Amino acid sequence: MSIRMHKPWLGIAEAKGLLRGNLGVYQLADEHQQVLYIGFAGGKSLFGLKGEVGHALQRLPQACLVRWEVTSAYLTRYKELLMLHRHDFGELPDNNEPLPLGVLRPAG
Amino acid sequence: MQLELTAEQDLVIATVRRFVREEIAPLEFDLDPDADELAAADKERLITKTKAMGLYGLDIPPAFGGPDIDLVTRTLLAVEMAQHRAGLYAPCYGTFGGAGLAQLFEATEEQKEKYLYPTLRGEKRGFFGLSEPSGGSDPARAIQTRAVRDGDDWIINGGKLWISGADKAQYGLVFARTANDKGRNGVTCFIVDTDTPGFAVRRIVHTLRSAHYATELSFDDMRVPASNILGELNKGFAIANDRLTKQRIPYAAGCIGVAIKAQEMALEYVPQRETFGAPLSSRQSIQWMLVDNEIDIKQSLWITLEAAAKADSGENFRKQAAMAKLVATEAGGRVVDRCMQMFGGLGVAKDLPFERWFREMRIRRIGEGPSEVQRHVIARELLGSSLR
Repeated sequence: MSIRMHKPWLGIAEAKGLLRGNLGVYQLADEHQQVLYIGFAGGKSLFGLKGEVGHALQRLPQACLVRWEVTSAYLTRYKELLMLHRHDFGELPDNNEPLPLGVLRPAG
Repeated sequence: MQLELTAEQDLVIATVRRFVREEIAPLEFDLDPDADELAAADKERLITKTKAMGLYGLDIPPAFGGPDIDLVTRTLLAVEMAQHRAGLYAPCYGTFGGAGLAQLFEATEEQKEKYLYPTLRGEKRGFFGLSEPSGGSDPARAIQTRAVRDGDDWIINGGKLWISGADKAQYGLVFARTANDKGRNGVTCFIVDTDTPGFAVRRIVHTLRSAHYATELSFDDMRVPASNILGELNKGFAIANDRLTKQRIPYAAGCIGVAIKAQEMALEYVPQRETFGAPLSSRQSIQWMLVDNEIDIKQSLWITLEAAAKADSGENFRKQAAMAKLVATEAGGRVVDRCMQMFGGLGVAKDLPFERWFREMRIRRIGEGPSEVQRHVIARELLGSSLR
């Protein structure tokens, strides 16, 4: 089974109309779909994904694409996405702080 | 069984209780409600304190530098350590240290040098690789991972599921079938370095928990030297079984700790919360919930302490451990559920720990052998050879 995020990338304006206050994980990317940041909306997030993505966009004005997954397992999925990114690109996205993470070698 | 605590037990329990309330619980105000890790600086600071208390590495045998502590006291401490939001799966966030994999205390000296001692020094981590997609409750029959001898090495192929900590480990214990015997006599335990070619952590298995995840592993022509067999060839099941039995007591104790904390919160809340002009505590329906909680907690505690006392005495404690695991996990779930009901909407919100405990407590009825398997173990102990 694939564990990568396969949700479609959306432009910021469109995404703002669709994002809700759910728990979940998200990715921000530039116009080349290069992931700039991976984040999550957890139990302390005001307005869930909508609020977290909004805050992240203020810090990363160069981001122009966003995609997300609604999930209550936001912490494990967040770590999984970071580990996958590091597996695929050898490092975390530029805007993610270093975090003690395990090593994944996904099939496919 | 001695029912009175000694002065020393009282003292050490009070010390840990204070530590949980004054050092651990306040940090949780700023953490994500599902967090299972502290900031590195906080963890380091608190480990310094547990070392100063002489309580670091509680599960390490005295011969290897751990404190000399009996299982009854250890169980009572586990009950205390679980009394915070993350307490069920991350009691005190690991600030009391761990023993690593207890099975390594029986390893060869060469294996101890390479794996055990670095683990005790905090330089290496290990994982316990027993369960497979084919099942975990009946490992003797469910293990399909195979190891085939090739000169001085063994070649392992297969996979494991529900394995905690494998993605951060430097080595692990992997149980594989090494003989045609389909039962318990054909399983061997190998110590496997996670940088061995063919070893891979394929994915995180997402569950009701949002932290402290399990992983899925695959082994593809993984070559392991014969010197890395732990114990004897084809005798690995005894290693697994011993661990499963011992693990049931602290597993039960964690559930009791959370139940005690939930009940304490409910007892504080219901006299304050008014409905229809009277406090909740005046309602018989609420009183009965509190009474049922108290009975669930006391039953679980005594059964678990009996199991610990039996283990301390050196007698067979399989039946008592299975009863403790069965009773405490089921009672813990009921207590948390009742407390959520008393707190109403607040009970299901992430503002309070009940919803996390509710999710995690549900897993406890399955993890380390589901309730049905515990009943099976108890029945087998009661009926002996007459049970087929």
